[in-house]
Amino acid sequence: MPEKNMSCNTTSSQCCCGQSNTVEENNLLDESNAGWITGKVLTPAGDVLRVSTRLNARDILGSWKARWGINRHNYKIGPGLYGVGDPTDHSPVLVSANYKMSFDSLRKELAGIDAWILVLDTKGINVWCAAGKGTFGTGEVVHRIKAVDLDRRVSHRKLILPQLGAPGVAAHEVFKKSGFRVIYGPVRASDLKAFIAEGMKATPDMRAVKFRFADRIVLTPIELAHLIWPLAIAIAAIIIMNLLGIRFINSFHDLMPYAGAVLIGCVIVPALLPWIPGRAFAWKGWLLGLIWALLIDALYTWNLAASISWGPALFYLLILPPISAYLAMNFTGSSTYTSLSGVKKEMRIWLPIIIGSAGAGIVLMFSRLFLKF
Amino acid sequence: MKYRYLKDVVTLELDRHKCTGCGMCIEVCPHEVFTVESRKAAIVDKDSCMECGACARNCPASAISVRAGVGCASGIIRGRLNGSNECCCE
Ligand code: SF4
Ligand code: SF4
Repeated sequence: MPEKNMSCNTTSSQCCCGQSNTVEENNLLDESNAGWITGKVLTPAGDVLRVSTRLNARDILGSWKARWGINRHNYKIGPGLYGVGDPTDHSPVLVSANYKMSFDSLRKELAGIDAWILVLDTKGINVWCAAGKGTFGTGEVVHRIKAVDLDRRVSHRKLILPQLGAPGVAAHEVFKKSGFRVIYGPVRASDLKAFIAEGMKATPDMRAVKFRFADRIVLTPIELAHLIWPLAIAIAAIIIMNLLGIRFINSFHDLMPYAGAVLIGCVIVPALLPWIPGRAFAWKGWLLGLIWALLIDALYTWNLAASISWGPALFYLLILPPISAYLAMNFTGSSTYTSLSGVKKEMRIWLPIIIGSAGAGIVLMFSRLFLKF
Repeated sequence: MKYRYLKDVVTLELDRHKCTGCGMCIEVCPHEVFTVESRKAAIVDKDSCMECGACARNCPASAISVRAGVGCASGIIRGRLNGSNECCCE
């Protein structure tokens, strides 16, 4: 699967594992008129739905919505066997997840290829995340092979799995339990054609996960979408404070420093990730947040003719960098190279700094408000 | 461009005595952490490992161990707040 599906974003306040109902209970996408089913492939073991290799406007809109977190949990298709082109009993079997975006990113690369697609029930979650949880796993592969009568539909005994499914699937166990040999395909579906043409051989380049500019940018909407609730709470708090006569944000000028700090953490750090010095994500966010705070101090002090005193200047230095640092740290979940041990270490060091600095900033703000200095 | 995260934190271990040199770990690793040297696997770039666990799960000889998990700060925070296990996928 393409690495853009590798993100591990959170879209709910609860932990994710296994709360989804099975597909059968949920309202599936309306397959009959979604336009991506183009007919049937007839096999001795029964008919199989044939799917298009082109994405239509609805598919594209659906992906766009899922990236912004809209209907992301219900963007799934029915597990089972599908066909592209004119597959026969010799055609390769490609395994995918039943998250619609995973399925779409696979089939759109298959123009001109005759193949089967075996869709696992991953509860509507992409290959990478489902492999991490085990729903894209040995048991489900073996189960799905039996459920679709795969041994009666193809004469060979090979399955091509996306390499990013490997954390969940033990190839040797699938073989032992089903007789099917697992071949790990390339990381990116766009390399599949070349992979098949080369006799199912992946080059080292096809095996390596990349995290290019475009890959990082498509992940930023969900980072912003995660902020809707915290933002709503912040705005409510500001309104209440204003009603209580504590005027701390009441103009665009007051708002801009925070909006900038949020944008730095959620968009600028992901975009510039490899070029910002240092390794810890929180540090990268902190660094840019600090530059931003200095810029704000400089701008406001010079332009607004000394309307800023040392109090607010210090306040921005204390409060803005931790905002950026915290949000940048959350991007670790979307990145494709951070380890659990590394993130834990980063958090051990940076969470106290973030909380301490932001806390000091808030104390400073309130003492200035009440003590009027 | 190859990304590298923090140094010397990864829990990946390889027991070369058990290794049969089948090459499966090289095939599944997304970060080119392994190579084969004199018909056995060797770790050449440990700091690039993201602890996904693919190599350990697919090693037929059980020669690899790694504490697999997802490196995701918000997942860890939520895990601590509501006591559930650390996981953060959608
Ligand atoms: S998968 Fe296991 S047995 Fe095979 S080369 Fe790697 S470490 Fe050795
Ligand atoms: S845990 Fe994943 S990233 Fe680390 S060496 Fe194994 S396959 Fe490679």
